[in-house]
Amino acid sequence: MLQVKNLTKIYDGGVKALDNVSFEVPKGQFLAVIGLSGSGKSTLLRCINRLIDPTEGQILWDGEDVTAASPEEMRRIRRKIGMVFQHFNLVHRSKVITNVLAGRLGYINPAWSFLNRFPKADVEKAIKQLQRVGIAEKANQRADELSGGQQQRVGIARALMQDPHMILADEPVASLDPVLAHSIMKHLEEINKSDGVTVLCSLHFLDLVHRYADRVIALNQGQLVYEGLPKDIDDKKFKDIYGRDAERVG
Amino acid sequence: MKNKKTSPWKSIRLGFIILLIFVIYAYGFDVTAVTLEELKSETRQESLTRVTRALAKPEIIEYEQTVEVVNAPVYVSCPQGGVTLPEPDTSGPYIVVSPACAEAGEPVTVQGFNFAPNTEGPLRFIPGNDPANIVELGRDNVRTDGDGNFVAEFTLPKGRASDDVQYIRATLSANVGTPRFTQTAKDTWNKIIETVFLALLATTVGTILAIPISFIAARNLMKSVRSPLTSIAFSTLGWPVGMALGIYIVGLVGDFSGPLTGNLLLNIVIVGVLPVAIPVAIRWSLPQEEISTPGPALRTGRMAVILLTVLVSFFGLYQLSGLFRNGGLVLENILGAWGFLGSFLFQLGDILGVLIPVTAALAAGGALSSFLGRIGQRAAEKLPAATVKLLNLIFSALAGATVLGLIGWLVEWLYQIGRPEFTLWGPVTVGAALGLLLAVFSKAKDSLPIGLVIYTVTRTILNTLRSVEALVMAIVFVIAVGIGPFAGVMALGLHTIVSLAKLYSEQVESIQAGPLEAVQATGANRLQTIIYAVVPQIVPPYISYTMYRWDINVRMSTIIGFVGGGGIGFLLQQNINLLNYRAASAQMIAIAVVVSIMDYVSSALREKVV
Repeated sequence: MLQVKNLTKIYDGGVKALDNVSFEVPKGQFLAVIGLSGSGKSTLLRCINRLIDPTEGQILWDGEDVTAASPEEMRRIRRKIGMVFQHFNLVHRSKVITNVLAGRLGYINPAWSFLNRFPKADVEKAIKQLQRVGIAEKANQRADELSGGQQQRVGIARALMQDPHMILADEPVASLDPVLAHSIMKHLEEINKSDGVTVLCSLHFLDLVHRYADRVIALNQGQLVYEGLPKDIDDKKFKDIYGRDAERVG
Repeated sequence: MKNKKTSPWKSIRLGFIILLIFVIYAYGFDVTAVTLEELKSETRQESLTRVTRALAKPEIIEYEQTVEVVNAPVYVSCPQGGVTLPEPDTSGPYIVVSPACAEAGEPVTVQGFNFAPNTEGPLRFIPGNDPANIVELGRDNVRTDGDGNFVAEFTLPKGRASDDVQYIRATLSANVGTPRFTQTAKDTWNKIIETVFLALLATTVGTILAIPISFIAARNLMKSVRSPLTSIAFSTLGWPVGMALGIYIVGLVGDFSGPLTGNLLLNIVIVGVLPVAIPVAIRWSLPQEEISTPGPALRTGRMAVILLTVLVSFFGLYQLSGLFRNGGLVLENILGAWGFLGSFLFQLGDILGVLIPVTAALAAGGALSSFLGRIGQRAAEKLPAATVKLLNLIFSALAGATVLGLIGWLVEWLYQIGRPEFTLWGPVTVGAALGLLLAVFSKAKDSLPIGLVIYTVTRTILNTLRSVEALVMAIVFVIAVGIGPFAGVMALGLHTIVSLAKLYSEQVESIQAGPLEAVQATGANRLQTIIYAVVPQIVPPYISYTMYRWDINVRMSTIIGFVGGGGIGFLLQQNINLLNYRAASAQMIAIAVVVSIMDYVSSALREKVV
């Protein structure tokens, strides 16, 4: 169970990215986060694993206060939260398998990383995750030799290596074509359904939201403007979320 | 639209600028003493021709020579009653002068016969009546044709009139056999090898040390490093204490290890066993992956094993150093011509011996600092704000006093002021006061941007050192370690560290932030983030900068010899000073060849790796 209470983030320049946002995510839910570009979706997701430190408010995850965690505790929390990014964020010059193995770093004793070696069990596990997302044969290629869709699968495999209890997906399909978008979303859905992993996924397209999300929250200029079921977003709600001039597509 | 008006001021300004430029260049010509008069002077042109011709004939190859020396009698100013000359011996090479007498300053014809074909050499006048006289006058050269004959006009020198018979001598020589390298060529070869390796060592040392420095000089990595004051104060104190402790303890280990290195066999056994034992201990005490946090007993046990392992490792390093030195001496005696391998081993052992205390000091300082820093972090998190504030007041003052006290000690050592109120009590008081102020005005539990402070200090030091040319550094090191290539290595190495660290850190600053964020999100700590997200991104620019630097170092090392830093520069300078331009030319060619080969190799390597 993830509880976000009165979360506010004000950047150094004075921009208020999040304004008193509160919501809850029960375990195992697929939550979509929607809103215009710049509405605070990315900031919200990054506050949850403290890649960005919130200015005010509290985040509780399974009763543990994420906002007050020390660096040592943060390491243990982060390794249970997988993250998938819009631009995949793979290390281009490293091999695919190394990128996937990086998901284990939260578990590995830092002293060993000097040797650049992972336990055998982890390597086998990495191959398994790559099989799960269907690109095991690419394991020894450089990450930048892969296409966008394949890179995002590597990103998902990396998140899976963490044995995550929750996955934060920051517009995971925004850089992909519609066909690939569905295949990536299906992977996330499958992880959500069969492993019981909570998924927080920010999305642009409402049809994806309708198709995959259990529940949806919407942000507009840092404020929570909608919380409920995807099918309940009618034309009026739509205009609240996206602005009066917006028109529905897709 | 408004019409553009040409303001008179604009024209005046332009005229003024042109005038200014004229004055600037005039002054430039004056101070750099540009004058073509010198170039036109005849003596200058003559010496220029001479030097250029010498430079064009580098002293690289020489031949075995056959020399035929033949004299022919001649009378300068014909004696009373004419001359009768003996018939020349026509069995070997001979020359005939006709007429056999002439006035000084008059030409005679000299014919040579029976010489070896295609030989060349001077035709000279031998004053006095001794045919073996070594004094020779004249500058004419003759060359034999395909049959071994020559005909030449020879002008008898003025002021050499004599009643006695005098001689004309032909010294004709030819290259025979295979060409061979001159001594200059061999010296040049030795020195150019020295030069290349000087550059290699300087680049290697520089690169190794520049890499870690480049990370702490990179703004994007350091910006996020923030710690509470308690932690900063604790870890600041940890450094000097840890370093002193490390040197002391490793000194004890060294004393214990010393007598044991005498026995070569024992030496080998110890060096053989430890690499097996140490990894086992490390594997147990630092498990690669741990899901749950272990209990306090196990943690204490592990800590003890790690400490012991480190001690044993240093013991092993001392033993290794001893083995290298002893083994090196033995090998040097056995291997003969390959003895330099043994002496290399000995030097490695020696270097290792010097590095052990340094490593121990750095390791202990770093370890204690990070340990105390963590305790400080914990304290700042868990203790009530008032207690933290109190801790901050005490330890921040202590840390400030320590840092400034150490700087004061350095100043005292440098300038020998001898007044403790300026170099000890003053800095300590000021440091304590600054620490106190910081503790008073910062909130107890706030984290301070210590990363930016370290970044700024490192950058400042780098920039200051970088502005000192390697050539100037070499002068200092020549005083410290004596004339020779070692001083050159140190100077070039230091300069390489500071300039590469700056170039590298700028590369770190320009990496993609995405992968960094992604690796952080997995729970990786700072070290892991650097190794898995930063390092892969900076490998290509690092290699290309290292190559570039290696290139610079080869060029620098060719002139570092000018100030006694070893390498080919020493030879070059010597030959230029001795006006031995043919030898200097050989060295210049060697430099050009090496630099262009380096250029080719480095670009080829870069293409391959990047």
